[in-house]
Amino acid sequence: MFENLSYLVLQQYWWIIVSLLASLLVLLMFVQGGQTLFSQLSKNETEKSLLVNSIGRKWDITFTTLVTFGGAFFASFPLFYSTSFGGAYWVWTIILFSFIIQAVSYEYRTKSQNFLGRKTYDTFLFINGVVAPILIGIAVGTFFTGSEFSVDKLNITNVGDPVISRWQTAAHGLEAALNITNLSLGLAIFFLSRLSAGLYFINNIDNEAIVKRASKQVKICAIPFLVFFLLFVALILTKEGFAVNPDTSEVFMEKFKYLHNFIEMPVVLIMFLIGVAGVLYGIFTGAFKSSGKGIWFSGIGTVLTVLALLISAGFNNTAFYPSTYDLQSSLTIQNASSSEYTLTVMSYVSLLVPFVIAYIWYTWKSMNKKKVSEDDITGDDMAY
Amino acid sequence: METIDMSLVDWSRAQFALTAIYHWLFVPLTLGLSFIVAFMHYKYYKTKSIKWKNTTKFWMKLFGINFAIGVATGIILEFEFGTNWSNYSWIVGDIFGAPLAIEGILAFFLESTFIAVMFFGWDRVSKKFHMLSSWFVAIGSNLSALWILVANAWMQNPVGTQFNPDTARNEMVDFWEILFSPTAIYKFLHTITNGYVVASLFVIGISAWFILKGRHTDFAKRSMRIAATFGLFAALALAYTGDGSAYNTAKDQPMKLAAMEGLYEGGSEQGLITVGMLTPGKKYNDDKDDYVFALKIPDFLSYLSTRNFDGYVPGINNIIDGDKEHGLIPVEERMMKGKIAINALKEYKIAENKEDKAKALITFRENYSHFGYGFLPDKESAIPNVPLTFYSFHLMVGFGFYFILFFAIILYFTVKQTIDMRRFWLKLAVWTIPLGYIASELGWIVAEVGRQPWTIQDLLPTMASTSHLSTATVQITFWLFAALFTVLLIAELKIMFHQIKLGPKEEGVNHV
Ligand code: HDD
Ligand code: HEM
Ligand code: HEM
Repeated sequence: MFENLSYLVLQQYWWIIVSLLASLLVLLMFVQGGQTLFSQLSKNETEKSLLVNSIGRKWDITFTTLVTFGGAFFASFPLFYSTSFGGAYWVWTIILFSFIIQAVSYEYRTKSQNFLGRKTYDTFLFINGVVAPILIGIAVGTFFTGSEFSVDKLNITNVGDPVISRWQTAAHGLEAALNITNLSLGLAIFFLSRLSAGLYFINNIDNEAIVKRASKQVKICAIPFLVFFLLFVALILTKEGFAVNPDTSEVFMEKFKYLHNFIEMPVVLIMFLIGVAGVLYGIFTGAFKSSGKGIWFSGIGTVLTVLALLISAGFNNTAFYPSTYDLQSSLTIQNASSSEYTLTVMSYVSLLVPFVIAYIWYTWKSMNKKKVSEDDITGDDMAY
Repeated sequence: METIDMSLVDWSRAQFALTAIYHWLFVPLTLGLSFIVAFMHYKYYKTKSIKWKNTTKFWMKLFGINFAIGVATGIILEFEFGTNWSNYSWIVGDIFGAPLAIEGILAFFLESTFIAVMFFGWDRVSKKFHMLSSWFVAIGSNLSALWILVANAWMQNPVGTQFNPDTARNEMVDFWEILFSPTAIYKFLHTITNGYVVASLFVIGISAWFILKGRHTDFAKRSMRIAATFGLFAALALAYTGDGSAYNTAKDQPMKLAAMEGLYEGGSEQGLITVGMLTPGKKYNDDKDDYVFALKIPDFLSYLSTRNFDGYVPGINNIIDGDKEHGLIPVEERMMKGKIAINALKEYKIAENKEDKAKALITFRENYSHFGYGFLPDKESAIPNVPLTFYSFHLMVGFGFYFILFFAIILYFTVKQTIDMRRFWLKLAVWTIPLGYIASELGWIVAEVGRQPWTIQDLLPTMASTSHLSTATVQITFWLFAALFTVLLIAELKIMFHQIKLGPKEEGVNHV
């Protein structure tokens, strides 16, 4: 069935899948947001423990989504994987470090003889909670603002020095943090992750005091989130974008490129608007009605919004990973993708994704039938 | 012309080796203990007996402690291909990325979804669903091993692909050939059975410790019987699949095989070394003897590599110098042909007209099988580190046979119910735990050091695989990883030892 699709359609299909994984990742970063709220939302150790255990049953999914996102990007757009990871080395390395320290912290924090002490593990969780959303946001920001690198596939024939992708700044990616567009996306995602965590706690925890505080936190985080998010959107819609001439594959700067993309792809625009509305509605119900349903609206809204943004970065003859150092080195979904054969094989594999989502859904439903409560964790010797 | 920065290559290798070796400290236990726990959980499900529940819970807790750090060390490996081997990631990403992605979609989600049920589902989901969750975790972890090993096997034996000169990279042409390559199948089976062996040694050793201390002896014997049975089968399968791996190595990576045996002058009717010592400082083509001493089983290496007692096994000198009679092309000739292939690719890319392009392409295809040799500075660089490969291999095999014997004896004593009295064997069991880990790491050293200088056998040397980074950058991250992983390892061990000392819940006392 996938054999009949054209190469371009396969490339687009995979861009959508990778973007979908990225949007799910942004949604699931409520785990990270929660990690920055443990102390703020609790007044004593029991309450804190409630919060930790509530998030602690979900962190693995966020982590796995990140890993799968990496793998899927590698399989479908290997040139991105090699250029970005090998180039923006420090950004990715710091992100990964923060996930390494996260992965042990839940399991080890309350175990006796844990060497570093509970405080250290809680600090690890906090660091991951701050660093991951901000830096991932900054990295995604470069999809719109560009980075300084060059790519020359022919260089493999240069026996003395055959590296194909070269990053041109010594900061290896950290320079992206100085860009206001990237930074505003990073901060928007950071505050989004915190308010989503608030909404998640309202939904998942059986404790009135915590729900009240979470609800307040949603209100508090909503303001900076909206400021940074709107700033980011305003900046990209008004900026020059990286357009591709479909006939010559030449990359050139086009005024209001991303605005044009939204206008020329109305479906994406509608998706974007519904997404934003969903997030706002979710915030509203969570903040003012302490409703457990808020996370669903803001969650689906988040996925739609990010998906729309990423589609506008890659579709409609746009270079999704632009190079400001050498425009013609910019990566497009056509020049960075895997072969038609590999994309076809992977497309068959992608048919399993709905099945995966279904069993995750089913298990979460059975696990969440009962909210997380105090007796739940005091009686459980497996609790974190 | 710039020259390849060897210190960058070496630091990148060091970092990859460091992180992989750390990851591998935890993976085998996950692979094996997940099945042991799942089996115990099944027993609990069937018998509804609290003693099985407590047994399951105890080992599950240790599983969780190990799993967390396995996950932590795994994520960095996944992204390291991009961060440190970016050239590699483009040139073979079309093939290599797919298994990594499939691993995420198929295996990691299975694992991480059901692990939450396994740990927290005791009173939340039905007993049956809970028990099945333990099995899903085991299946998920072993599936993740499958895909990553398919990827690794492909690097050792790159089948199912073709070089596309337009994109300047290898592209996949046959997925099934990659998945079902004999290298992949043996590698997978050998590695998971290795995990079962390590986990069985772990369970037996800890149970033995309880018996020695006179604590929880029923629990310990129960656990020990399961582990000894599982371990014995796994150890036999391990030796069998190890033999299959060696046969594949002989076929596809003769240089690695020669290094494993320290064999410089090959020939037919070669003996297999059981115990031996290499002549220190022995080099290609000097006139020293290969070994200071060596105990050989006559003709057995020939049999192992060719399934024929008088089969021809090339040594390092034969491979470097070539041997027309046995179809071995001298390495210097391959280097020349490799350079021709590289140049033809360049000509193809810059050629203006169709004819030149077509001509360049023909030359390229004719010489492509030597492509990677074009990057080698001299013929000696085609030789891996022989002593490291040789000793690692022989220790691994030695341990392998010891484990078979060990499991058989422990099983015998547990079945005979005399294990309590066998204090020597109980002590030995405790001390055998680390040997399993050592053997396992040695196996990877054989596989990975033995394939040097290749990242992709014959096609892409390690030195052409790196990212464009400064050596200092990689040095910094190397030390950061070394420090962080060491700290986490210490934490893990302290927690693990403490949990073991606490022991399982006493039967029926602290009912949960
Ligand atoms: C408990 C650990 C353990 C034990 C006792 C053995 N192995 Fe092993 N071996 C491994 C653990 C391992 C491993 C870690 O799983 C490796 C590393 C890479 C791989 O595929 O498996 C490996 C690799 C490996 C290779 C290299 C494969 C390659 O280069 O791709 C060979 C030829 C053997 N083994 C052969 C044997 C034989 C003949 C054994 C005799 C009983 C044996 N191994 C015992
Ligand atoms: C987890 C178990 C593993 C261990 C302990 C291990 C060990 C090593 C070691 C010791 C090296 C350094 C060899 C040298 O530079 O001389 C190395 C290199 C490497 N290994 Fe592995 N390896 C493991 C798994 C894998 C797997 C599964 C893959 C691929 C999917 C892989 C791919 C590589 C690559 C790309 C390098 C760097 C290039 C090179 O030096 O050849 N390794 N590994
Ligand atoms: C160098 C190549 C490797 C890469 C890129 C890699 C990647 C990863 C990653 C990203 C994780 C965390 C998964 C999660 O989110 O839950 C992980 C865990 C795991 N990996 Fe690896 N891995 C490598 C080598 C291996 C090998 C050789 C095996 C088995 C043969 C293996 C088996 C596992 C298993 C069973 C887990 C589950 C958790 C645990 O480690 O305890 N990995 N790996």
